[in-house]
Amino acid sequence: MPRAGLRIVALGYLTLVLLAPLAMVVRRTFAHGLAPVWGSLSGPETVHAFEITMLVAAIAVPLNTVFGVVAGLAIVRRRFPGRGLLNAFVDLPLALSPVVVGLALYLLYGRTGWFGGWLLGRGIHVLFAWPAIVLATVFVSVPFVAREVIPTLRELGDEQEQAARTLGASAWQTFRRITLPSIRWAVVYGVVLTTARCLGEYGAVAIVSGRIVGKTETATLRVDGAYQNLDATGAYSVALVLAAAAVAVLVAMTLARPNEQVA
Amino acid sequence: MTGRVRVFAAALFLALAVLPAASARPAGPALSLVAYSTPQPVMARLVDLWSSTPAGRGVSFTQSYGPSGAQARAIVAGQPADVAFLSTGLDVDGLVDAGLVSQSWGKAPHGGIAADSVVAFVVRGGNPKHIRTWSDLVEPGVQVVTPNPFSSGSAKWNILAAYSAERKLGKTDEQATAFVRQLFRHVVSQDSSGANALNTFLTGKGDVLLTYESEAYAALAAGKDIHLVIPRQTMLIELPMVPTRAAPAQARRFIAFVQSARAQAILAANGYRPVVESVLSRPALKKWRLAYTGGSRAIVRIADPLFGGWRRADRVWFDPSKGRMVAIEREVGGPAGAGG
Amino acid sequence: MPAASATAGPIPARARGRPRVAPTDVLPLGFVACFLTAVVVLPIAALVWESRRQGARSFWRVVSSPEAVAALRLTLGAAVVVALVNAVLGTVTAWVLVRDEFRGKTLVNAVIDLPFALPTIVAGLTLVALYGPGSPVGVDLAFTRGAIVLALCFVTLPFVVRAVQPVLQELDTEMEEAARSLGAGQAAVFRRIVFPNLLPGILSGAALALARAVGEIGAVVLISGNLPYRTEVSSVFVMSRIESGDAAGAAAVAVVLLCVSFALLLAIGGIRLLVTRHERA
Repeated sequence: MPRAGLRIVALGYLTLVLLAPLAMVVRRTFAHGLAPVWGSLSGPETVHAFEITMLVAAIAVPLNTVFGVVAGLAIVRRRFPGRGLLNAFVDLPLALSPVVVGLALYLLYGRTGWFGGWLLGRGIHVLFAWPAIVLATVFVSVPFVAREVIPTLRELGDEQEQAARTLGASAWQTFRRITLPSIRWAVVYGVVLTTARCLGEYGAVAIVSGRIVGKTETATLRVDGAYQNLDATGAYSVALVLAAAAVAVLVAMTLARPNEQVA
Repeated sequence: MTGRVRVFAAALFLALAVLPAASARPAGPALSLVAYSTPQPVMARLVDLWSSTPAGRGVSFTQSYGPSGAQARAIVAGQPADVAFLSTGLDVDGLVDAGLVSQSWGKAPHGGIAADSVVAFVVRGGNPKHIRTWSDLVEPGVQVVTPNPFSSGSAKWNILAAYSAERKLGKTDEQATAFVRQLFRHVVSQDSSGANALNTFLTGKGDVLLTYESEAYAALAAGKDIHLVIPRQTMLIELPMVPTRAAPAQARRFIAFVQSARAQAILAANGYRPVVESVLSRPALKKWRLAYTGGSRAIVRIADPLFGGWRRADRVWFDPSKGRMVAIEREVGGPAGAGG
Repeated sequence: MPAASATAGPIPARARGRPRVAPTDVLPLGFVACFLTAVVVLPIAALVWESRRQGARSFWRVVSSPEAVAALRLTLGAAVVVALVNAVLGTVTAWVLVRDEFRGKTLVNAVIDLPFALPTIVAGLTLVALYGPGSPVGVDLAFTRGAIVLALCFVTLPFVVRAVQPVLQELDTEMEEAARSLGAGQAAVFRRIVFPNLLPGILSGAALALARAVGEIGAVVLISGNLPYRTEVSSVFVMSRIESGDAAGAAAVAVVLLCVSFALLLAIGGIRLLVTRHERA
């Protein structure tokens, strides 16, 4: 197909499905000017919401990064029964609707749940406090680092690692000096995606957080809260900040990467 | 690489150190309010006001707002709640079943109700299709927006109001049920909550939205181009505010404050019908008195013999397998249905 | 060309003079298993348990009820359409992003991942604003099945694109040029040389897109109208079950959806193994 034709198709599709909605968000945010946007963003509830979102991401992202790298290595480098199953389980959170995630967490940690009674008896609050938000956020963002690391590990092969081992390097040294640098950009990209997903999570967190204003209300819940109160500007402003943060990180990563790996 | 590990570890440590503080309970008496979403602005004001009264001084509040059913379920699952302000008595009954609220909550002052509303029609500004009565809703070409009755308390009020309106006009049980079926043939969207349905309507879908009068006033206050129509036959929506069993005494005092004339006047001025009707005689609320009491209306209550209370009505209409709405949804939408 | 994979098999541990299983072999796997169990497996187990709570007959009654079946058919149908659309257009997009040059490419490339970051309700909101009543482009798709497909395309856009891009990048253009210099046309070059290399990536991406589409609720719920039997997707049906107090029924339908996704992911993993077998020793 001629180059221009392909480009038109691709850009047309992207515009229809992605770029136009993004432009709409920007337009609606600033529909009434800059001042209402600033007013919404600087309100105490909104500031708290951003704080909580960032704190949750600060926990969920490192956890999933470590998990993603270790799981990726296990799935690609080792042969063990159930490997395919493990791989499928890692991807499964993508398929689960957040409403179902919330229900599952209720079933586990609710007052009458599997662990809920026992935990509440010891004064440990999982649901309607930050642990549940972290659990829900970690759940929905489990796949991303592994997803990136696995194909890269496959492409690279383990010759260098084997060489290092025969030269006497320990497993940890091999990992730190050879494996990790070679998957560095895959990990970084996975971290970016995980962060983006953590910022944007709504459905499961809405159910398990208790929506306590100023305490467990994340940024996405603030979007919903503003929207329910017919405060469109407030809703869109917070949403735009979330989207802008994700785009900024993505662009920064793209620019920082060596030129031959543009994606 | 070690550097990166260190950064991760530091971030993790920081987060773990700070977060518990972020959710720590403050010293002194604290009340947790769990409410449905619409009254957020007015409740925030009432909470502030109460803090300046002797009874409320020094009491800190946490507030949570969300869809009524979801909030009720959260409380059942363990969400700390001292005051529950929900949009149907059915949701409170759910709390009673879980042992979290006293069974005799309806015997509290004003029946445990903080404010009332009624089922209303919201139409486009200027009412281009001249919708005034329930039978106008089933005219050809009229598109109705209502939430899904199995996920929204608001939808349940709407359906019971439609049914009772027909019964008030002298129709039999069968005819009134047939009317509800006919109504659903005109429904073009069934959102999961009343708030979503309102927003669906505001984005331009449908000719008439069935919702609470209080939601309509909230939309009007937000400057939306809509028009409110109260049909002559409608249903009284009673919005319960109850203390939970484990709540401290301040919870009851707060509820008593909400039911006091001062707070009721504020509620009335925000689109909620007061349970203390005498406040409507205040000169400042004249416009509201006319709005709430103007025109003779047949207003049905859920406790009336027609329905016999929420539990019975819910079983008859909204049981997930045997309720009338199950059959109606299937007849209207399924392969044999004519479709809206 | 992918870097030389393990063309020689792994050197047997005994030949290397090391013990068969070192703690460092077991520890990572143990960590993975524990983490996955605590975070993913336990909630799913709780769901499965809940779906069985009222017995098998009740399970089947909910799952085979006409409304559930209608929702499932709609959900799967839409998901398949979306996976196909993404497979084609996502590949085209990846091609354009890797092989083409135009101004703003960096920015476009960066925003591909946006659907992950944008809360899905915002996505739904803007799609309604753009393609619903009052649309600035005069398109009113809202509350139709087309709207569902559109919303799902938004949330699944990155999957195929990002799966295909790295493969395209690694692809050595020498073989294509050689083929062309031997007289093969564009289409043949694509079909015979490029496409087989892209296929595993396309399959992975499409499978993920399908799995995600099956479970999506946020972007769809605002634009579809949720009319039972007509525009109600399974996740909305599950939510209405939860809201009417039938957690077991909700779990039942959720488990069915999960099984579908799980089977899909396993199948794609298997196909991927088959397709790449020629690359491994």
